Amino acid sequence: MAYISEKPGIGVRLPSIAAGSATRPARKHKTARGDGTFSYGLPLLMLFFLLWEIAPRLGWLNPIFFPPLSDVCRSWFGLAESGVLAKHIGISLQRAAIGFGLATIVAVPLGFLMGRYSLFEKISDLLVQTLRNTSQFALLPVFILLLGIGEASKIAITFYSSVFFLLVNTISGVKAVDPLLLKAARSMGTSDVDLFRKVILPASIPSIVAGARLAVKSSIFAVIGAEMLAAKSGLGYLIQQSQLMMETGDMYAGILTMTLIGLIVNYLLVWFERWATSWKGQSDTSPH
Amino acid sequence: MDRIVVSGIRKTFQLKPGQYVTVDGEETDRVTVLDGVDLNIRKGEFITLVGPSGSGKSVLLDIIGGLTQASKGIVQLDGTTITRPDPKTGYVFQQYALFPWRTALSNIEYALEVRGVPKRERTDRARYFLALFGLSGFEDRYPNQLSGGMQQRVAIARALASNPEVLLMDEPFAALDAQTREILQSELLKIWEKINTTVIFVTHSIDEAIYLADRIVVMTARPGTVKEIIDIDLPRPRDGDIRSSTEFNAHRARVWKALRDEVNKAQKDWALSPAYAN
Ligand SMILES: Nc1ncnc2c1ncn2[C@@H]1O[C@H](COP(=O)(O)OP(=O)(O)OP(=O)(O)O)[C@@H](O)[C@H]1O
Ligand SMILES: [Mg+2]
Repeated sequence: MAYISEKPGIGVRLPSIAAGSATRPARKHKTARGDGTFSYGLPLLMLFFLLWEIAPRLGWLNPIFFPPLSDVCRSWFGLAESGVLAKHIGISLQRAAIGFGLATIVAVPLGFLMGRYSLFEKISDLLVQTLRNTSQFALLPVFILLLGIGEASKIAITFYSSVFFLLVNTISGVKAVDPLLLKAARSMGTSDVDLFRKVILPASIPSIVAGARLAVKSSIFAVIGAEMLAAKSGLGYLIQQSQLMMETGDMYAGILTMTLIGLIVNYLLVWFERWATSWKGQSDTSPH
Repeated sequence: MDRIVVSGIRKTFQLKPGQYVTVDGEETDRVTVLDGVDLNIRKGEFITLVGPSGSGKSVLLDIIGGLTQASKGIVQLDGTTITRPDPKTGYVFQQYALFPWRTALSNIEYALEVRGVPKRERTDRARYFLALFGLSGFEDRYPNQLSGGMQQRVAIARALASNPEVLLMDEPFAALDAQTREILQSELLKIWEKINTTVIFVTHSIDEAIYLADRIVVMTARPGTVKEIIDIDLPRPRDGDIRSSTEFNAHRARVWKALRDEVNKAQKDWALSPAYAN
């Protein structure tokens, strides 16, 4: 760098920059997602539902396999009223939640270690990659052999389906922490524990939360799959059982419920992600 | 009384496997950056440190701050050898290094948090220091909602909030525009005159070095040693006008003379230009 000899001082003391340039960037559009896309997308969705209603009625589709939407809705209300639906939803969500919760408890600390200590990662990476690329459904028979047909094997498969999303994203989050922030923290005498708690964790939250979004979705899908294959309760069981009994109205009611749950969960997770990373966002997320 | 004693500091970096540099025509994976630095800094003194790029100024600061181990030699703070970051030392970086997930206020509180100051006192002190830097009303802003000058004010406030006896500043104003820079220089001087912390301030600007300093330490090109120490006997308090005085100009010529050869030498040291620097 060349040495620059500055011009003699300007003499006048400019008004404090702090007070002067409290810039408020122009308001950005509230949120990109949602607003416009919904109203644009609505007609096509409506058309789809309309087709679903009239195609079986006009005999384009066999109503035994494809009952009209209104029949499906009737079945849905029937299931809802009898409390059957709530019971199955509750069981499925509980399994997914336990599996996901356990995955978080395992993956986040493990991801911290793997992201922070390269020796640890070198040792464990190959195993993790191998496990990660093994389908959770291929492992269901193994889980059943090991853990029995009960709850444990279902929780194991949800755990397995979510743990790697969390792990991989935790590792990359930890690795991406700005070294300057670590240096600053150390210069203030931050202890190792505080370094994890107060610097590495918050810095990697955006990445962890992004992984959690994928993990939650994946654990819900996994639990449905497992319930279809081997269970006596849960939404997956309801769908599978209705199909066997040719209760197609109930079957579609179950599928629609799944879709609805997926949409709601995704929406909640997007909202949570935005909340957890609001410090990254534009200025209008600030309380002022 | 000497607050900081730097004696015989040498620092050699071992490069990562596969990395090489050419030093004096020879390929090597070891780079000597500091080669015997001796320096005594008095209590409450304002030292500015200048030297060509790659002369090891940042490394020296890291060693004094306890962030890097020297290969040889010791640094003492009030008679105690430094081996790790000392709670009595504050550090300010060129790139602010604020935690982006914390508000301005809570960034300052952080420095007190890790030193175990109780919550109430933390908040009060953080507010006081924000106000000292003219940032009242910006408590709840996140760093990305503040201008560069404001962010650096917060960073300095964070470093000062724990009442450090030593303040290390590595080109703190280099990323700011010229006006903001001058404003911050005089703000820093005003606050320093009040609190009388010992400051070591690295800069590439000769004017900044003279304006702030009691003494300017000029480093040689790599491997860095102290080439010359220049007393700046300009009266205090100093205001911006002092830059156009004859004395100031004389200092300017003197510092430039001390630096010129080193800068030229460093130019030839391109192979080592700070590719591995922080
Ligand atoms: N961790 C490291 N490993 C290897 N070499 C390093 C390391 N840190 C610094 N260096 C080398 O040490 C030398 C001095 O670096 P330093 O950052 O202290 O220079 P500086 O005087 O602060 O330069 P500048 O004015 O450009 O900031 C450089 O050549 C740099 O490449
Ligand atoms: Mg430097």
